[in-house]
Amino acid sequence: MEAFTTHTGRAVPLRRSNVDTDQIIPAHWLKKVTRDGFEDGLFEAWRRDPEFVLNKPERAGATVLVAGPDFGTGSSREHAVWALQNYGFAAVISSRFADIFRGNSLKNGLLTVVLPQSAVDTLWQAVEADPATEITVDLVAREVRCGSFRESFELDDNARWRLLEGLDDISLTLRQEDDIAAYEAARPAFKPRTLTA
Amino acid sequence: MGRTLAEKVWDDHVVRRAEGEPDLLYIDLHLLHEVTSPQAFDGLRKNGRTVRRTDLTIATEDHNTPTLDIDKPIADPVSRTQLETLRKNCADFGVRLHPLGDDEQGVVHVVGPQLGLTQPGMTVVCGDSHTSTHGAFGALAFGIGTSQVEHVLATQTLPMAPFRTMAVTVTGELPDGVTAKDLILAIIARIGTGGGQGYVIEYRGEAIEKLSMEARMTICNMSIEAGARAGMIAPDETTFAYLEGRDHAPEGADREAAVDYWRTLRTDDDAVFDHEVVIDATGLAPFVTWGTNPGQGAPLSDSVPDPASYEDPSERYAAEKALEYMGLTAGQPLREIAVDTVFVGSCTNGRIEDLRAAAAVIEGRSVAEGVRMLVVPGSVRVSLQAVAEGLDKVFTAAGAEWRHAGCSMCLGMNPDQLAPGERSASTSNRNFEGRQGKGGRTHLVSPQVAAATAVTGRLSSPADLETADAAQPMGV
Repeated sequence: MEAFTTHTGRAVPLRRSNVDTDQIIPAHWLKKVTRDGFEDGLFEAWRRDPEFVLNKPERAGATVLVAGPDFGTGSSREHAVWALQNYGFAAVISSRFADIFRGNSLKNGLLTVVLPQSAVDTLWQAVEADPATEITVDLVAREVRCGSFRESFELDDNARWRLLEGLDDISLTLRQEDDIAAYEAARPAFKPRTLTA
Repeated sequence: MGRTLAEKVWDDHVVRRAEGEPDLLYIDLHLLHEVTSPQAFDGLRKNGRTVRRTDLTIATEDHNTPTLDIDKPIADPVSRTQLETLRKNCADFGVRLHPLGDDEQGVVHVVGPQLGLTQPGMTVVCGDSHTSTHGAFGALAFGIGTSQVEHVLATQTLPMAPFRTMAVTVTGELPDGVTAKDLILAIIARIGTGGGQGYVIEYRGEAIEKLSMEARMTICNMSIEAGARAGMIAPDETTFAYLEGRDHAPEGADREAAVDYWRTLRTDDDAVFDHEVVIDATGLAPFVTWGTNPGQGAPLSDSVPDPASYEDPSERYAAEKALEYMGLTAGQPLREIAVDTVFVGSCTNGRIEDLRAAAAVIEGRSVAEGVRMLVVPGSVRVSLQAVAEGLDKVFTAAGAEWRHAGCSMCLGMNPDQLAPGERSASTSNRNFEGRQGKGGRTHLVSPQVAAATAVTGRLSSPADLETADAAQPMGV
């Protein structure tokens, strides 16, 4: 995973709540067996509407998505995170994320930032008033900045450290081999096995 | 202080606990399917890693598989490639696979329980959000992303930040004609699609205790639609009886030891939940959705709500967008909504009891003209059982299509899809825009409502059919 420290970019205001992962990447894209090439599937249905915010020329090249509450609900598909990243997004801001989506995003270095809805409203107004407005998402300072606006956000120390260092979770866990083996040795015999010896 | 059921299962799976780090949890069962696993196996290959516990891992094909002509090569080359990729990955890494055509193939969340692999007190994961289904057994079961699938394949563990706990207590008994699906839709409408965020929900109370295992699976299945990571129900005699004699259920001394342990899996009387919700079952009625998220539902006797009635601006806007997408107007009675398609199936309602319930409603009646009804068993085993009971004949005699097992129209990854503008009554779990096909419109319903709707062509309950029958003199 690539490390995430701080990012500054223009933003896309997505004034919708309950943006489910079926909207982010429709199911027919899930037949691919790679982690890339999902950019054209991002919000595919909504992008057929020329008025959809992502289609506006002034939003081209934007890298921060500012979304309504309950972003990423529904299916566990990690393809939703890949699609956002493949398209060019580095961070998503919302007042509430679905759990699985949030977990997936942090594992891929897509920073999901939880801000109060009032702060999201302020950012929406700022980037709608001037599409050239840039938003900075600073993981080191745990802060979002936009002009004179500043708002700190929470992210637990461990998740932040993994992101800042771009650490591979599996390598970290494999260092705990002794603990895993000890746990396995003590598992009850009645637990089921899928293969019979 | 006492502990909740979820906390007990969690504590029993902690491999490593360290200050400032997420707990490392052991995973007892890892279920795989073709859609969320290819990139995970790829990761193993790139890093020269193996599957740590092939004996705790099982795969099936479900999301992509066709429900017609399964003996012929899969027409869609991309779907075919994905299934072939799973077959190669399972062969290369030594993972047990039930492919299309196998007697144990089916929707992953139907297959695990019917094999007896899902048991109380286990941790169960799968790259699929409806893994919450397995919580019906008192297992801690949750959906994970592909990075986590790779993590479990390589280490049989997951680092997990703690969940909060929520009790949903359902008091009283469900009235006649009200099903587990109606109950869970009513619960989601009550707590909202984000209400369960960060929580493991434990469903409890009289109405829950009286449910069969399959009905409990329907409840836990849709926990994710309330935003929860998992749903659980304490195991009891119903659970133990369901497991007895299944392929992978413990036997003899193992069973005794297991049941002794399973009996401890109850929330202690002095345990405290982080949040509690109480629902009175006696006031519930058949429930359907009118919008584009599963929280946008109402009793079938209601009308489409007026978006202006929502105080919260984001909910109001969501309701406006939903009505626009669904082609509905505020105030329209839900019973007047006409459908083109009825889908009975999915990990929510594709088990044998669901098929029996739908068949009982449609037996001796016919699917309305212009309506297409698809019945898709959740697994080959369910299908074989239904055929043995003659249910397939009941459906086909009524004019429904009897299909092969799989996820099918629940998510429209295979050819079973709605055309733009088409409307379905569906026993599945998600009414998102385009979920069942580009431009398709979905109303979530119980199997009984689905069958009654197929007969009238409009959203209906079985009671509506009896009223109509009574109005029609015999012999006419």
